Amino acid sequence: MNAAVELDAVSKVYRRYVPGRRAGTLKSALLGRKWSDAAPHEALQAVDEVSLRIPQGAAVGIVGRNGSGKSTLLKLMAGITRPTSGSVQVRGRVSALIELGAGFHPEISGRENVFINGVMLGLTRREIARRFDEIVEFAELADFIDAPVRTYSSGMYMRLGFAVAVHVDADVLLVDEVLAVGDERFSLKCLDKFAEYKRRGKTTVLVTHGLAMVERFCDEALWLDAGRVRTSGDPRRVLHAYIGDVETEEEHELARADQKAREAVEPVGDGGADRPPAAVEPEPAPPEEVPEAEAPTAEVAEEAEVVAAADGGPEDMFKASAGRWGDGPVRIEDVRLEDDKGAGHLFQSGARLAIRMRVNATERVTDFVFGVSIFDAAGICCYGTNTDIEHYRPVELSGAGEVVFNIDSLDLVEGTYKLDVAVHRRDGVQYDYHRLLYTFRVKSQTRDAGIYRPAHAWTFTPNIRFEEPRG
Amino acid sequence: MLANLRRLFRHRELIRTLVARELKARYRGSILGFFWSFANPLLLLLVYTFVFSVILPGFRGGELEPYALFLFCGLLPWTWFASSLMESSNVLIANGNLIKKVMFPAEILPIVSVLSNMVHFLFGLPVLGAFLAYYALDGRLPGPLQPVELVWLPAVILVQLLLTLGCALILSALTVHFRDIRDLLNNLLTLWFFASPIIYPMAMVPAVGKPFMDLNPFAHLAISYQEILFYDGPFGHWKWLLALAVLALALTAVGYQLFDRLRDSFAEEV
Repeated sequence: MNAAVELDAVSKVYRRYVPGRRAGTLKSALLGRKWSDAAPHEALQAVDEVSLRIPQGAAVGIVGRNGSGKSTLLKLMAGITRPTSGSVQVRGRVSALIELGAGFHPEISGRENVFINGVMLGLTRREIARRFDEIVEFAELADFIDAPVRTYSSGMYMRLGFAVAVHVDADVLLVDEVLAVGDERFSLKCLDKFAEYKRRGKTTVLVTHGLAMVERFCDEALWLDAGRVRTSGDPRRVLHAYIGDVETEEEHELARADQKAREAVEPVGDGGADRPPAAVEPEPAPPEEVPEAEAPTAEVAEEAEVVAAADGGPEDMFKASAGRWGDGPVRIEDVRLEDDKGAGHLFQSGARLAIRMRVNATERVTDFVFGVSIFDAAGICCYGTNTDIEHYRPVELSGAGEVVFNIDSLDLVEGTYKLDVAVHRRDGVQYDYHRLLYTFRVKSQTRDAGIYRPAHAWTFTPNIRFEEPRG
Repeated sequence: MLANLRRLFRHRELIRTLVARELKARYRGSILGFFWSFANPLLLLLVYTFVFSVILPGFRGGELEPYALFLFCGLLPWTWFASSLMESSNVLIANGNLIKKVMFPAEILPIVSVLSNMVHFLFGLPVLGAFLAYYALDGRLPGPLQPVELVWLPAVILVQLLLTLGCALILSALTVHFRDIRDLLNNLLTLWFFASPIIYPMAMVPAVGKPFMDLNPFAHLAISYQEILFYDGPFGHWKWLLALAVLALALTAVGYQLFDRLRDSFAEEV
């Protein structure tokens, strides 16, 4: 079959903005100098020697992280930008859904704008007139089509732009992350439109972060990483590889953020143990004492505000932002999260999780409680407990040791969570309290809502039937 | 170059549509609406006539009667020229999203600026015609109307179109790289206006200024309009006009070439 889109060793180099080099840019533009010759700090290789061939009638999804060159690649295919080197060939009429409603004039009516936009996309006035009703119906704007576009809501604006673009009847449809148009129902309509395109043997190239969309709709996926094709082919395989890579990166990121949060509260020099024991605060609440009415405060969720303090701690721990308090004889020296695969920051919902604390007592202590609580991103305490509530009577603690809090099944919904760990006296005086210093992320295939996922199952009487669940 | 022109021709419908959009959008929402196309030159004329008949009557000597008509002959083409340049110096930046997001020959944008202003100019012509008819009936024209001279008018308009296009292409392309041009241009156009025989006749220019005036392309356009529509006698300025036509053609060619050269840099700079 003929290739609808063919890229041969295509590169695109953008010039970085260098202050005070305006005259230079004009000169190079006039001389037709290629930016590939520019010094590396001035050049940005957005697309790097990409060769690909998209057969006619195929639907290809391009995935990749922000800044990986997806949109540039699409613009190259659309002919909006020219490649720095290499060749781009596209057969047939192209419609690029890159910016919806580009060229809409706010002062004039939707009706006139449909014509202008259509002409801009390469239709003749007669072709637009023929499709006009269909376009308006698709955009669901029949009542507003004669109002000036400036009175439209952003959703109406996008819908109209989308409707015009998909009615161009292109041979090659280039779509850049525009499916966030309108409500669920409208998105479905857009998908139907794409499916119809596909049925009619048109070629579609889709740039999106919606991986489910690629898996459902595309015959082929292409993973772009730093301007190069990392891998391409079967969507399931490509997406799996991509997700794996994203998670690795996420893991590094969380580890870095955690590291930073801890460094910020770690007193410089000695361990901060030179201060006198903290005055007894009226109940620096151990985790079990969360008053129901206590609304989660926004600042709790903020990573930004990290307090380095070694005093007795704030009045109410659960309102405090990240920090570390207490200078008792027992220190928590290290906290590690582990599942079966080892230590990390990303865990599957339902997996085993162990919170492993390395503690050290500088003297013999007979009054001690270990506590753990988990908070979600909004600062709501998902669960909190300590050894005292669970009737562990302390006898003796001395020297270095390890405390492990084992969770058999991490029944939390997908999201980012933070951890408080503490060791304190039974009357609440802190030895060492780590507030929100450890972050982990829970991944889940299920898009359920809330915080907690109880182990559950659905049953139905025989008259209520469903299709066999997929995959 | 030829390929570019062919592509431009293919996009003629887009140019037409965009010119229509400009015209429709400009007065949308105003009460007088399209009538402003006629009212604007009239009001401008009123201002200048007031200034030079009531406040500064000595300025123009005695023989320029009717002064309003004389003024109109220069003011109308000047408005077309100056507005086109002001608009086109900004047009690529203002329509950045089109250049970045839609496949679209960018030169269409300055061309549309020049053409939509030309349409305003053409709408002003009937007003000028009405003035002419009024003064003719009143017997206050400096000489008898000579319809033969009017055949020169399209030629003058064409030369002005070419000259304006050339300037617009150059300005629009350069402003992308040097945004300073927009501010500079504003003042430059004011200077240019007073350095052209629009509010005063060429005859008033002292001998020292004459060679400079000869170098001013717009002076020749203004003189041409005035000779055709205001002064009597045959159109004697045609040699200058011919020379200007050659210059305008060359300027447009050079401007287009420059624009084409800088084309690839637009999407990155706007």
